[in-house]
Amino acid sequence: MATVAKSPIKAKHQRLVLLIVALVVLIGAALLAAWALRNQASYFYVPSEIVARPPEPGRAVRLGGMVEKGSLKTAADGVTINFAVQDGKARVPVTFKGIVPSLFVEGSGVVAEGKMGTDGTFVADNLLAKHDENYVPREMQDMSREQAQKVMQETK
Amino acid sequence: MIAELGLAALWLAAALAALQLVSGALGLTERGAVLGGAVRPVAVVQGGLALLAFACLIYVFSVTDLSVKLVALNSHSMKPLVFKIAGAWGNHEGSMLLWVTVMGLGGAFVALVEKRLPERTMLATLAGQAFVSLGFYAFLLFASNPFERLSPVPMEGNGLNPLLQDLGLAFHPPTLYLGYVGLSIAFSFAIGALVTREVGPAFAKAMRPWVLGAWIFLTVGITAGSYWAYYELGWGGWWFWDPVENASLMPWLAATALLHSCGVLAARNALRAWTIMLGVVAFSMSMIGTFLVRSGILTSVHAFAVDPQRGTFILALLAIYIGGALVLFGLRAATVTEGERFAFVSREGALVVNNVMLSAILGIVLFGTLYPLFAEAMGAKVSVGPPYFNPMSALFAVPMLVVLMVGPLLRWRRDKFGRVGRELVIPAMLIVAAGICVLVLGGVALLPWIGLALSVGLGWASLLPLKGRNLRRTPLPIWGMVVAHFGIAVALFGMSSESAFSVEKLVAVRMGEVTQVGPWGVKLDTVEPVAGPNWTAMEARLLVRYGIDGKVTRMLPQSRSFWAPPQQTSESALLTRWNGQLYAVLGGEAPKVDGEKQSRWQLRLWWKPFAPLIWIGGLLIALGGLLALVGRVAADVRRIVAKDKIAYRREKQGR
Repeated sequence: MATVAKSPIKAKHQRLVLLIVALVVLIGAALLAAWALRNQASYFYVPSEIVARPPEPGRAVRLGGMVEKGSLKTAADGVTINFAVQDGKARVPVTFKGIVPSLFVEGSGVVAEGKMGTDGTFVADNLLAKHDENYVPREMQDMSREQAQKVMQETK
Repeated sequence: MIAELGLAALWLAAALAALQLVSGALGLTERGAVLGGAVRPVAVVQGGLALLAFACLIYVFSVTDLSVKLVALNSHSMKPLVFKIAGAWGNHEGSMLLWVTVMGLGGAFVALVEKRLPERTMLATLAGQAFVSLGFYAFLLFASNPFERLSPVPMEGNGLNPLLQDLGLAFHPPTLYLGYVGLSIAFSFAIGALVTREVGPAFAKAMRPWVLGAWIFLTVGITAGSYWAYYELGWGGWWFWDPVENASLMPWLAATALLHSCGVLAARNALRAWTIMLGVVAFSMSMIGTFLVRSGILTSVHAFAVDPQRGTFILALLAIYIGGALVLFGLRAATVTEGERFAFVSREGALVVNNVMLSAILGIVLFGTLYPLFAEAMGAKVSVGPPYFNPMSALFAVPMLVVLMVGPLLRWRRDKFGRVGRELVIPAMLIVAAGICVLVLGGVALLPWIGLALSVGLGWASLLPLKGRNLRRTPLPIWGMVVAHFGIAVALFGMSSESAFSVEKLVAVRMGEVTQVGPWGVKLDTVEPVAGPNWTAMEARLLVRYGIDGKVTRMLPQSRSFWAPPQQTSESALLTRWNGQLYAVLGGEAPKVDGEKQSRWQLRLWWKPFAPLIWIGGLLIALGGLLALVGRVAADVRRIVAKDKIAYRREKQGR
């Protein structure tokens, strides 16, 4: 009891100190978050954009477009696939190692998550295809409205 | 007929919620005091009616009444019964009905059993609960009526998303909802306390069991959801920082902070305004989560059909409730008097660190989840994933876990590190030893390395509060704390080990071929077609062996094709050993290379050392919560019984 009474901090001051500590940490967290988000957020590209202004190699980005007809090839190991994604203006070769989603076929839309390699090939570590009616990758939804028709005609 | 009954029950429940709000609010005034007596019974009946409406929905789903639009859109007569029932909440309208049902039942339960607080505070609390419910009733009745009829009646329903046709998932949403909506009770208590200015230990003690209950359900729900994502999606990961996962994590973080600050308020009458604030924030996070998921503003596997009207409606509700609560807080916070003082080195001080760090993590997750929305408004399409979330949340989680080792040993009000320092020598040495061991093994990234070292020390330190106690006489809440903190160490060890030591193998193999993954030899025996009630599948028979002379075990991963709606899913096969889990996914048939006769099948295999500890740890955390809850409630019941006895004796003697 006595020690607490001797403590120089008054109740009001303690409240202030607590408030300041909490605010400093939270503002620090917010600033850190903002900084990290600028560096770590993965941007979405369509092929013509990624060809015009390629992101720095090694940065995680997403690439969306149509799988070019006749471009889908499986490598000899049976699990690596190579294909090209295009948006009617440009095409980007993509390589992916893994099990492809069931609705991933030539001529369909795809969003590839991965990195741009130094040789201009996009190395994907995940492919998102249209799952079902209720789940369409958001970017693909917008894109298909704008470009899908055109792309489909060109690829036919 | 049943559907109409459900709709009528829903309207009646909404009307009663309005009555509950009005009579609760008037009951606080002098002239309306007589109305106060109606509040509790009305709350009980309202909960009952909401439950009746939900039962009606379950009934129409279980008999597949296709004249109800919701059933036709989301169910199919060929589905197993359990998934028909689960289908009732596997869609937007049904899940919102479940939401208001849980909310109504929560309010009814509070009205029935909560007698510890002054009646005025209870009236304000129940009125607050009714106010929140009313908004969601309006949302259901005007924007997403689950009982809408369809004409003409279709021949067959659309079916349920096959990913959702899984037992684990059938019971995962209700669990999470009990947690989300349970926090509405904490919110209402906070509102009630602000309105009547009754913020003190009694309020914290009354609120704590409700927060604990909601928190237990949230913990179990998140753990189950994570395990579901792990084995059902077939991607080998257990947490994807998907917006919907974040939507469940954010209320959990806020509720965890609330739980600890409640403890401070109950025991020491400090952190008053902060506890109220957290009560508001926790339920706000539940609502923001619901908004994110239900509005379709963020795409995710969980997001149901996109409907801008609904998004706007929920956004308006959010603005009213969160905005209103914050305004009330702003008006009244100044009148909440200062709490008791404490030194920095004290139990309170440690819990303040816990609270601030949890809030910081909450901020990090909230920022990362909403950032794609802001960026899109600015014209950039981005997504935010593990490279942001993992290091940023660890930045605050690690100091918090370090304090977690010390905090439970400290005394309330004022303490010295010197007193507890000696006990922490062993955990500190364990951390250093584990750190060196992992370093020697090599090849481990920074975060898993920190996690592994920390988890070992934390595991030991979390048991220290039991030292020197008579274990039989140790109160249940202390056991709860120890078990929950130990669970954190266990889960942390599992997570770190999974990311540090997992081995992945992706191959295309012929029948009879053997491939190695970690210590396992895996032989593809056969691939054969099999059929289920509403799917067909290719099933691989794998013969696996641990080490050179282990026992041969069978694993049966499948690649399933559902026909209603048409979709393919991969059913992974898991084999659990004491030291980890072997995870197998069957892909498709690889195209034949020139001159090849036998076909090859794609296999994706993982060996994940100690991965199951992630979920065992999660369940331990929930178990800790349960022990604490049982302990608290039992103590309350004993106190009430004793009080009644004393009152009874007095009455007798008086005669």
